[in-house]
Amino acid sequence: MASHKHTAEMSDTVLRVKALESLLAEKDLIDASALNELIDTYENRIGPRNGAQVVARAWTDSEYKKRLLEDGTGAILELGFSGVQGEDMVVIENTPTVHNMVVCTLCSCYPWPVLGLPPVWYKSAPYRSRAVIDPRGVLKEFGVELDAGVEIRVWDSTAETRYMVLPMRPAGTEGLSEDELVDLVHRDAMIGTAIVMAP
Amino acid sequence: MNGVHDMGGMQGMGAIDVDPNELSFHEDWERQMFGMFLAVFAGGHYNIDEFRHAIERMGATNYLTTSYYEHWMNGMQTVLLEKGILTEEEISARMAELGKGAS
Repeated sequence: MASHKHTAEMSDTVLRVKALESLLAEKDLIDASALNELIDTYENRIGPRNGAQVVARAWTDSEYKKRLLEDGTGAILELGFSGVQGEDMVVIENTPTVHNMVVCTLCSCYPWPVLGLPPVWYKSAPYRSRAVIDPRGVLKEFGVELDAGVEIRVWDSTAETRYMVLPMRPAGTEGLSEDELVDLVHRDAMIGTAIVMAP
Repeated sequence: MNGVHDMGGMQGMGAIDVDPNELSFHEDWERQMFGMFLAVFAGGHYNIDEFRHAIERMGATNYLTTSYYEHWMNGMQTVLLEKGILTEEEISARMAELGKGAS
């Protein structure tokens, strides 16, 4: 499928990664089982269901929601989520008049403990460049159209601060349990590129 | 220091490729690169700021034409070379050995 030149470059990358891993293991800077554990943790175990639990709790417990908006790190820790790339959490609430979006224009800063690893589009030049100048256009590409009167706030993640959006609870979900609410909240709603829909 | 990585507000980057079902890692080497970066970081051999700064010094063309985990590979390699933990010679030699074993 790839051109010869592309294939040659990919082989160089693969060889280089293997060489680095081999050398680092020899010098005892890494070990294979720790590596596999780390990969498994972030590929399979930590993910947006964590954030969805935070959201569902905030929707059903107004005191928790208050704590969450005042001290994101502390309130998220109450549910057992913390760690690398989530040391300084700020949670921003969507309302009928304000919609929040999160980006990292400089790299890919993302709240791993609550959302897992970022999607490829979040780390890409198109999203990083345009989220801050054309959020409405970006939302359209995600199939989200907001009323003209809704203010859009875009939060650019810094070296330390990590943001999570608290989306609005959709109408018609009053009878759902907290667990059922968790199922409604998908990753993009906590980044700000989707709205949560009632089932 | 500024650089092309400072993308906020830049135009001409094209449409966003929204794939809702994309995998975290498209190739096995990306998975390995991710784990390796974290493992060396966990050992305290560099901090995230040094790593980011190394990526930001990749050079504009290189940065724009390589993939995300190639950025990580570049960044980690640069930091390890600058700290004297690895040398270019060692890396090239190991690549040559591993390359001979393949295909």
